[in-house]
Amino acid sequence: MSLQPVKFYQTGTFTVGNRLLAPEERSVQANMQRTSSLNSGHRACQGCGEALGARYAIDAAMNATNRQLIAANATGCLEVFSTPYPETSWQIPWIHSLFGNAAAVATGIAAAIKVKKQKGQGGDVRVVAQGGDGGTTDIGFGCLSGMFERNDDVLYICYDNGGYMNTGVQRSSATPPAARTATTMPLGPEPGNVFDQGKFVPAIAMAHEIPYVATATVADLRDLEYKVTKAMGIRGARYIHILVPCPLGWGTASHDTIRMARLAKETGIFPVFEAEYGEVKSVLAIRRPLPVEEYLRPQKRYAHLFGKSPAVATIARIQALADKNIRKYRLQARQGEH
Amino acid sequence: MDKPFAITLKPGSSLANHTGSWRTTRPEYVDRLPPCNAACPAGENIQGWLFHAESGDYEKAWHALVENNPLPAIMGRVCYHPCEGGCNRQHMDSAVGINSVERFLGDEANKHGWKFAPAAATSGRRVLVIGSGPAGLSAAYHLTRMGHKAVIYEEAPLAGGMMRFGIPKYRLPREVLDTEIQRLLDFGVELHLETKVTDVQEMMKGGFDAVFLGVGAHIAKRAYIPAGDANKVLDAVAVLRGMEDHDAPLLGRRVVVYGGGNTAIDVARTAKRLGAEESIIVYRRTRDKMPAHDFEVEEALQEGISIKWLSTITEAGMGERGDDIMVEKMALDENGFPQPTGEFERMEADSVVLALGQDADLSLLENVPGLVVDKGMIQVDAGMMTGHPGVFAGGDMAGNERTVTVAVGHGKKAARAIDAWLRGEQYAAPPKPELATFDRMNAWYYSDAPKTMRPVLDIIRRQSTFEEVLGGLDETNALFEARRCMSCGNCFECDNCYGVCPDNAVIKLGPGKRFQFNYDYCKGCGICATECPCGAIRIVAEEN
Ligand SMILES: Cc1cc2nc3c(=O)[nH]c(=O)nc-3n(C[C@H](O)[C@H](O)[C@H](O)COP(=O)(O)OP(=O)(O)OC[C@H]3O[C@@H](n4cnc5c(N)ncnc54)[C@H](O)[C@@H]3O)c2cc1C
Ligand SMILES: Cc1ncc(C[n+]2csc(CCOP(=O)(O)OP(=O)(O)O)c2C)c(N)n1
Ligand code: SF4
Ligand code: SF4
Ligand code: SF4
Ligand SMILES: [Mg+2]
Repeated sequence: MSLQPVKFYQTGTFTVGNRLLAPEERSVQANMQRTSSLNSGHRACQGCGEALGARYAIDAAMNATNRQLIAANATGCLEVFSTPYPETSWQIPWIHSLFGNAAAVATGIAAAIKVKKQKGQGGDVRVVAQGGDGGTTDIGFGCLSGMFERNDDVLYICYDNGGYMNTGVQRSSATPPAARTATTMPLGPEPGNVFDQGKFVPAIAMAHEIPYVATATVADLRDLEYKVTKAMGIRGARYIHILVPCPLGWGTASHDTIRMARLAKETGIFPVFEAEYGEVKSVLAIRRPLPVEEYLRPQKRYAHLFGKSPAVATIARIQALADKNIRKYRLQARQGEH
Repeated sequence: MDKPFAITLKPGSSLANHTGSWRTTRPEYVDRLPPCNAACPAGENIQGWLFHAESGDYEKAWHALVENNPLPAIMGRVCYHPCEGGCNRQHMDSAVGINSVERFLGDEANKHGWKFAPAAATSGRRVLVIGSGPAGLSAAYHLTRMGHKAVIYEEAPLAGGMMRFGIPKYRLPREVLDTEIQRLLDFGVELHLETKVTDVQEMMKGGFDAVFLGVGAHIAKRAYIPAGDANKVLDAVAVLRGMEDHDAPLLGRRVVVYGGGNTAIDVARTAKRLGAEESIIVYRRTRDKMPAHDFEVEEALQEGISIKWLSTITEAGMGERGDDIMVEKMALDENGFPQPTGEFERMEADSVVLALGQDADLSLLENVPGLVVDKGMIQVDAGMMTGHPGVFAGGDMAGNERTVTVAVGHGKKAARAIDAWLRGEQYAAPPKPELATFDRMNAWYYSDAPKTMRPVLDIIRRQSTFEEVLGGLDETNALFEARRCMSCGNCFECDNCYGVCPDNAVIKLGPGKRFQFNYDYCKGCGICATECPCGAIRIVAEEN
């Protein structure tokens, strides 16, 4: 278990805060003094999961590093909606260079900090790189793999919304099977995105045997904060992959963003786990098991599966993928854990 | 400012961009009515007092509780807790044990000698309260809180009404009753015992500005049963009342109780405790038609009381020694009414106790003009005022639902109306907020936690003694039980809205102060409302 089990405190650690818990047992987000790294006024869509995930993650990293943190950002929604020149929503030192080089930029910053420290200049400043799934799994993948292989002292955070959302919802190698995007239209015998292709970068990161790899969602704040905090306590290359629902690209109601992330986790579609040096160390077990249909149905990108005659075979294939995750990562609900 | 190479504009903050203008719907904080509160006949703010109990501040919780009900230790024992029937938690695992936490708080208050908060400044007005049952005590308490002088006249030698002369000790120990009544007297309620009011009109002349009647219903209903003289036919209320005397009533070895209400059960259980070898209830209809509460029937059966369903007593005092009765079997007709079958059975019975309900004695009101009495019940308006201005009534004499809780609620309602009436106004209850239904909540956030059961006195002991049957919670399980409350419809400061807003548009005001929306930036996505566990945020359409 990645979370501290607490005595029965009404909502335990499910909620952001809890007046019954000691302040130090509450989340970073519950704190009135949180950094709010990504501040109000940004231009993300209503109910943006990526904006939420970024504030969750970077606030936790700020908290863990005593606010000694620099972030490098890839091109993508997170960059575009937060920094229309000359305005910025970032309340931290932050740099954007290109779409595909965030990992390399972060490596460079980390190297510079190391040299400065050797020269006795500057304190222990830590580095985060962040980008969307397109910027991570596709175009930025070479730089990322190099950063892993060199074990550079960087935490790379990928905000996975399952597509190139900033440019109008095109397919990425993280787009799930059967999903409709602008480039995987629901046409032909196998409508939507193909099966059996794409990549799951957390597994590839694990194959690099770096010190720490984790997945998280915006539906489990305490788990997310725990992982970011843990990652900031480790030196070397670290990778956290956060599922961030996108109301625009997924065709979901803006108020359902967290609910969708929760459904992805509870159905087994998205496994939530952490790994050290290539080995899975813990998983967030399913609390209330649900069929994948519960997750698919509210999303317009899967609307073609629920037409006049539901695409039973396709839904069954997606269920099989979820079942495989549940088996592989041992996600099944456990007695006494919730 | 010296700008770096290739930079032409000064850096700015996105706070310049008021995204609130995007909004078509807006979130608002609300306080909805928790279903437990809605179901409580005494009008308790259950969610409100549980809130303090959850943090272990039992004294504050008790003070919040007694704002509506001055008798929590009593209520925590005898109330049939309709609140729990309404509790949203039953849709998760099982209802919050509200009643047991109430009892715990009442007992804590008695243990530590907590006092009511000071009353309002004296108004100089005097109100006569007739009867010291729960209705009268509640009315007197609330009137005192509002600054009026409440004077109770009670016919009996001790206060409490049916709480003392009806409800048996094994369900309500008399020390508990005495302590809570004493607290009311210490608060300033004036009590005159052994003072029967025979003429209300006359009393009104004696310097009272208003009257509250809470005389209960004490005249036992009779059924015509031909009986020889040897056989003892008693009424239940008299038997239970006799339990408060020096010598317990003599019922004999084999006791037959006739009736199907809670009183019948109480008498049968009392008979068993007095040493009866057999205590048998004879009831006309079937178990599901029985007005007695299920848990009481269950406890009675466990104690060895037997029940003859679908039976009536047609004759008593038969046989040589006059201690036989005749019972006729009944059958339900197509409308569910019991009809005689002509099938008879003879039974031995040392005494027959009739528990067929009670009527109110309204003789003290004979010469009061304007009163309306219907089916033996005095008619009152929404503020519990009778047809005679300035005369109010509540409790058993004024309603069909006859419980301590309803009586306490009536007393409070009447006190508010009397307070307004004394100022020449009419009391208008504040509008009720919408109900916090379960579908308005997000149950995901609550930890799983089944209900704590109160200990039950083991069977042998309770057959023979008048010790209290249900035990109380202790500190740890009372806290656990309180924390099972989901705070339906009322913010409990979980910080979810503050955390989940992608636009950082929720302002946290600090402990106890709740939250505010920053409408300059709120885009109206609605996540906060969807993720609020207790449904304390609603989304409304933005104007224009
Ligand atoms: C055996 C039994 C068990 C019960 N168990 C429960 C239970 O578990 N839970 C529950 O909620 N309810 C229970 N009830 C019902 C409950 O006791 C009554 O509904 C409640 O006590 C009614 O309150 P009241 O104030 O209207 O009247 P009462 O409690 O009857 O009080 C009326 C008082 O007025 C006094 N009085 C009457 N006439 C005059 C007069 N002319 N002058 C001065 N004083 C007068 C009487 O002496 C009495 O003290 C039970 C009832 C009985 C009989
Ligand atoms: C080299 C290059 N190619 C294409 C683009 C256009 N572009 C900008 S953002 C983006 C998509 C970003 O997708 P992702 O990384 O998944 O982030 P998201 O917007 O979904 O958060 C693209 C294709 C670019 N800026 N640079
Ligand atoms: S959970 Fe709490 S607030 Fe909700 S109905 Fe039950 S006792 Fe009342
Ligand atoms: S989550 Fe934030 S932006 Fe969305 S409705 Fe609530 S306050 Fe407004
Ligand atoms: S989300 Fe939590 S803090 Fe916000 S209104 Fe609801 S109960 Fe209160
Ligand atoms: Mg993307």
